[in-house]
Formats: sequence, structure tokens, C-alpha cells
Amino acid sequence: MLDLQGYGPRLIEGAGVTVQLAVLSLILAIILGLLTASAKMSRNWLLRRTATVYTTVIRGVPDLVLMMLLFFGGQIGVNAISDLLYYNYEIDIYINFNAFTAGVITIGFIFGAYMGETFRGAFMAVDNGQIEAGKAYGMSNALVFRRIRFPQMMRHALPGLSNNWMVLLKTTALVSVIGLTDMVRVAAEASRATHEPFVFLIPVAVAYLLIASVSEWIFARLQKRYDIGFGGQ
Amino acid sequence: MLDISAWFNDLLADNLIFTPTTLGYYWEGLVTTTQLVFLSLVAGLILAVPLAIMRSSKHKWISLPVYLYTYVFRGTPLLIQLYIIYYGVVFIDGIQETFLWPVLKEAFYPALIAFTLNTAAYTTEIFRGAIKATSKGEIEAARAYGMSQNLMMRRIILPSAFRRALPAYGNEVIFMLHASAIASVVTLMDLTGAARFVYARFYAPFDAFLFVAAIYLCLTFAILYFFRFLEKKLLAHLRPQNS
Repeated sequence: MLDLQGYGPRLIEGAGVTVQLAVLSLILAIILGLLTASAKMSRNWLLRRTATVYTTVIRGVPDLVLMMLLFFGGQIGVNAISDLLYYNYEIDIYINFNAFTAGVITIGFIFGAYMGETFRGAFMAVDNGQIEAGKAYGMSNALVFRRIRFPQMMRHALPGLSNNWMVLLKTTALVSVIGLTDMVRVAAEASRATHEPFVFLIPVAVAYLLIASVSEWIFARLQKRYDIGFGGQ
Repeated sequence: MLDISAWFNDLLADNLIFTPTTLGYYWEGLVTTTQLVFLSLVAGLILAVPLAIMRSSKHKWISLPVYLYTYVFRGTPLLIQLYIIYYGVVFIDGIQETFLWPVLKEAFYPALIAFTLNTAAYTTEIFRGAIKATSKGEIEAARAYGMSQNLMMRRIILPSAFRRALPAYGNEVIFMLHASAIASVVTLMDLTGAARFVYARFYAPFDAFLFVAAIYLCLTFAILYFFRFLEKKLLAHLRPQNS
């Protein structure tokens, strides 16, 4: 059997960190993606421009560089803001900018840019007549969004969303570089300490494949749910 | 010549971080990154063409192993692949006695191998999609002319598949450039490695990383425009005809 030399519990804890990080970043990415998509489709020139600059810059710079910028620079930036608040308004707050926060924010921001493109395409695929029909029924904008645009948009967005999630999951491995003990970091430490890299690194690789397969199954079920009324594919 | 160096010194005057020495580190980093990305892309491309043909084969025993390879390499993080090769290469029996050892001992070659295998997996799938999308009519026409399977692959399927794969392959090149940043994790002094060094030396995260981010951004745009130019040339027949 596989001998993990006492690293088993830590590896499982690390896997937990990976999953938490991935899910939290996904939530942030979806929120940012919806905002970006709305900004890109807005009539306001400034909003459109800002969204374009955001997606272009994020997609032009490596994730690791952004992560390091935020992790190493984040605490300095946060301290500067809390100093400013203290000297000018006597508000005393201390924010600890740790590796987990930096990881979630960076990954969320990176994939927010990709999600923005996915959602924009999906929103445009919803027939305009449906939205007009909703308005004709006297629905408010918020209600039209919740009952008509969002459910139908999701049908078109899910394949792209699932793709982005798979890439996001693999990107979480990078947080091990800025010091967060996810499963990659535990495995790398264990391989250095025991000189048996394959024993630790291959199970972690398999764990990634496993998480990917489980999420593929979940996305297939979601797709079925959102395809209701379209005869499935 | 003197003019330029005077201008350069003027530009860097009173700048504590961006001295000629640190800019030299960034330059070396740029060279390493370019070598790493270029070599792995070329090697990956050479591997990917036969693999993609195998992957589109009708015989399960040919296509399945290739599918497993692409599934594993596309489903796991590149960092894990890099670690496995970087830490694992020492443990191949007897490798330390062979002529390969002096080459594999340095971080550059394990990184190059990991990047090559990774990009080959993605490129294989891109090409497979393009091969599958070849229109039936073209294949039927080739058969009607009496072309053999090999000749048809060489003259009809591959040339048009390469063109169709171009936009997706451009994305893969940009992805590879960005992925190469993790080479700095295994002690390589690539662009990101240089930025980390400058950061550690001066404790100036914004200067060190924003500068390197700007370099990456320029490289990304250069690749983007190169592929746009290529697409314009090679996909000219697909453009709508006007004027």
C-alpha cells in the first residue's frame, strides 16, 4: 500500500485548502464576471473602457506575477490605507493580508476577466424578444434579470464556466509558491524531506484529476437542469 | 553611441532600484524566458503533429494511449508536472552515470521537458479538433483522385488543419508564455525570477513586479499581433470578399 510516512493527514488538510480556495475564488470570479459583462454591454463609455482595460491587462500578465504583486505588495498597500485612515480620521483598524486572501483575490480577479467574456457571450445569446416580453408583463428590471435573463443566460454560459473552473482549479496550485500550505506545497515539502517525490506528487496529481472528474459530473447535472425546455442536447 | 549611454544614465539617475545592474538581471531573465518558451513550443509542436494523427485514428489501441497522455497532462497543474520531473529525474536508475546527467542536473532542462510535454498535450488536442473538422467533401475528393491515406494526410488534411488550428494555437503560445513564470520556482532566473530577486534585494514589490508585468504585457501583445498577421495571410481565403 501507499506509505505516506505520516504526511497523510497534512495532505488531506492541504486538499481541503485547495478546494476552499478554488470555490471562494470561483464565487469572486463569477461576481466580477457578471459585473464585467454588464459593464461591457453598458451604454456608458467609461464603464466599457474600464472593463476592456481590466480584461486586457489581466489576460496579458502571468497569474504568478499578479499573485506575487498582490501578496508581497498587498500588506504594504493595506497598511498605507489603514495609516491614512488613522491619521486623518482616527479610525484604528488592522487588516492582516495573508497568503489565502491574496490567493483568493488574485485568482478571483484573473478568472473574473475570463468569466466576463463567457457571460457577455451568453447574455447576448438570450433572445431580445424574451426580455421585451418580460417588460411587457410589467416586470421590473431586477425581476427580468432574475426570472428571464439569468436562467437562460446560464444555459449558454455553463460550458464556458465549466472550462474556466477546470483552469482555475489548476491555477490554485500556484498559491503554494507564495507560502500557502495547499496540497501541492505539502507534497513538495514531503518529497524534499523524504527524497521520494513520486510517492507524494503522483497522488496529488491524481487528486486533481479526481476533483476535475467530480466537478465534470456536477456540471453535467447543472447543464441538464438549465437545458429544461430545450429538449436537451 | 555615446549619446545613447548618456541618455540612458540620465534616465537612471537618482533611481535606486532600476540601475544598470538590475536591468541586466531583467535582460537575462528575458533571454531565459524566451529560450524556454521558444524551445518548448518548437519541441511540443514537433511532438504534437504525429500525436494528433494518432489521436484521430479509428483504432482504439492507437488513439487511447494518446488520449490518456493528453488527459493527464491537461488535467493536472503544470507545477506538479514540473516538480515530478525536477525532483524525480534524480531517481531514474543509473541516470547519474550517463552522459545525460550534466544536462539534466541543471534546472533549465527539467523545466524544458515539463513545458514541452505540457504544451504538446494541449497542442495535440487543438490539432485533433482541427483534423476532425476537415470537411467531408475534401476527403471524398481526395479519395476520388485515388490518393492514398498518407498522401491525403500530407496534401489535404494537414495543411488545412494547420490553418484552422492557428487561432487556438496562438492562445496556446500566450498561455505558455504565462505558464513559464513558474520556472522561477525551481530556481531558474527567468523574468519572474529576476523580479523576485529585485524584490527581495530592495523590498520594493510594486517596482519589481509592475515592471515585469509590463514586459510580459508587451510580449503578449507582440505574440497576439504576430498571430493576427499570420491569420490574415494564411486565412485570406476565408475573409468576406468586399471592395
